[in-house]
Amino acid sequence: MSEQLKVPTMAEMMTEGKQPEILFWVGSAGSYDDRAKKITKAFVKILNKANVDFAVLGTEESNTGDVAKRAGNEFLFQMQAVMNIEVLNAYEVKRIVTCDPHSFNCLKNEYPGLGGNYDVIHHTQYIQELISTGRLTLDGNTYKGKRVTFHDPCYLGRANSVYDAPRDVLKKTNATLIEMKRHKGTALCCGAGGAQMFKDAEPGNKEINVLRTEDAIETQPEIIATGCPYCNTMMTDGVKFKEKETEITVMDIAELIANA
Amino acid sequence: MEYIPNIIFVILLIAGIGYFANNVKKLIRNIKLGQKVDASDQKSERWKNVVNIALGQSKMVKRPVSGILHVVVYVGFVIINMEVLEIIIDGLFGTHRIGQEYLPATLYGFLIGAFEILAVLVLVSVAVFWIRRNVIKIKRFLSSEMKGWPKSDGNIILYFEVVLMCLFLVMNATDTVFQTANSGNVISQFIAPWFSGFEIETLHTIERIAWWLHIAGILVFLNYLYFSKHLHILLAFPNVYYGSVEPKGKFNNLDAVTAEVKLMMDPDADPYAAPPETADDEVPAKFGASDVMDLTQVQLLNAYTCTECGRCTSSCPANLTGKKLSPRKIMMDTRDRLEEVGKNIDLNKGKFVDDGKQLLGDYITNEELWACTTCNACVEECPVSINPLSIIMEMRRYLVMEQSAAPMELNNMMTNIENNGAPWPYNQMDRLNWKDEN
Repeated sequence: MSEQLKVPTMAEMMTEGKQPEILFWVGSAGSYDDRAKKITKAFVKILNKANVDFAVLGTEESNTGDVAKRAGNEFLFQMQAVMNIEVLNAYEVKRIVTCDPHSFNCLKNEYPGLGGNYDVIHHTQYIQELISTGRLTLDGNTYKGKRVTFHDPCYLGRANSVYDAPRDVLKKTNATLIEMKRHKGTALCCGAGGAQMFKDAEPGNKEINVLRTEDAIETQPEIIATGCPYCNTMMTDGVKFKEKETEITVMDIAELIANA
Repeated sequence: MEYIPNIIFVILLIAGIGYFANNVKKLIRNIKLGQKVDASDQKSERWKNVVNIALGQSKMVKRPVSGILHVVVYVGFVIINMEVLEIIIDGLFGTHRIGQEYLPATLYGFLIGAFEILAVLVLVSVAVFWIRRNVIKIKRFLSSEMKGWPKSDGNIILYFEVVLMCLFLVMNATDTVFQTANSGNVISQFIAPWFSGFEIETLHTIERIAWWLHIAGILVFLNYLYFSKHLHILLAFPNVYYGSVEPKGKFNNLDAVTAEVKLMMDPDADPYAAPPETADDEVPAKFGASDVMDLTQVQLLNAYTCTECGRCTSSCPANLTGKKLSPRKIMMDTRDRLEEVGKNIDLNKGKFVDDGKQLLGDYITNEELWACTTCNACVEECPVSINPLSIIMEMRRYLVMEQSAAPMELNNMMTNIENNGAPWPYNQMDRLNWKDEN
């Protein structure tokens, strides 16, 4: 990325006596995973373009504990949550946006019980808001007529019933949205959830991400759009496994919009 | 002598309902073995779910073929059973078709006519269901957990319905008074000619036999419920009421853990303090679940409500890719174990005596539990708001927090989070490096 990204931290904001309108929760994948970092940067590019007054926690952010919780380690989850809530509350954070549906779900649904009450939204919802309020405009040519299929992340869709925001945003790019047979409530998981990302699958006759990629390939897409860093990895691997990487690109909605 | 049929009827009724009530008592006792849950919140949302999901079958029709056929059988079964009311009154007081006597002729004709049409629709639907199970062999009816009893159970219920509907129609067809009145016999008038060669006495006997078998059949069916997967016709309603009204992604935070975490994070806490006094019989809270008693009462009600339709399993990503996990089996295992515990209590004068078994390991294996992606597809699919995922999560919690038995890669991941706040071994201080990387 040629242009310099503006990424203020909450600590910097505080020393200047400022409170940003929204906190960008980057998440562990968005901070460290090479593929996910591109999504993070694409989203910051959008925030910069729309002149959003935002900040990140930077080195003060820690894992939400979501994956530990799904793995069964409630202790570790709550330790992480209580730690993060202390930081977030100290900065008097009101609104949080994140590119990771797992962080989104965890911050939105599981932090309130431990004292962390914030208005949490997914980046596709925030992009939708930026477009509808006129803060972000798209030229609408980059993806005009391109065949795009959207893979619903479980923790955005089924878990929180957010189905329309990512689709609305995709339509704004003038791409042709083609639905997979299993979509929205019946969408198939990419295979990464519930801590599966960090372990080998149990014995079976197929990898879940391959099955899901086959669902996507049926729609003959040029682009598989996702809204989750883990889904992105799984679908990218699936496309490689099916040897379709020359025909199909896997992109996060933030990346699509950053170029649109 | 003339009261003998009435007496036999009363005995039959008391025996049938009494035995059922006794089993319902057991069922309630077994469910109460679970942990209490507070479901006093969001009452209007809960009732809305009962109306839409349970009464309105909104989730059933998401799969249109089985959904619509199911609605036919459900509506038919509920409405035709209004006829049972008349049968019971007739049986008790020795009357014959009391409705015909007291209701306006057109209304009675309309009611019985509607019952007869529904009976035929039920017969057709049940026939299609049987074909789907036994001829087309739809995959979700053939999973490994559906061998043996569960398979026969599914068919027996269909046979029951066929027999009951046929008895109802034959009873009407051979009732000469009813046929002569010629009102409401929309279907049975076509069956009546099959019996045209019979003496009036024989017809009367056939009608009586059909009548007695019909009511006896209903009582047998009622009592069969407790032993079959078919309890959902009753339990679906409370089960939907007690089902979750939160976003599906929201997993409960364990209070017992919160207490300990708060203590750990409290800088003023005395690390050498003795644990607070607890009542003598209070066992320290167990993290997660290894047996049915550790599950909640709602989860146990879920297990009794499951009718083994397999929509959950047919949408489970793990199951679809050949893994051992089947959400339906999780529910069936939970019920089987709960029944085993219940029988143990019956045999031991009301107290459970340790049988060296538990749900985890003896019924559900670690391999099944670790195959779950927590994607909520099973929860979304269930037409009666059963949550197999919550049981899987409780058992994972037990494995990790009580047994430290997570797969090695997950232990590594968790150690990383503990040490450096990320699931990978990266330095916490590098968390913002991405902003300057190209």
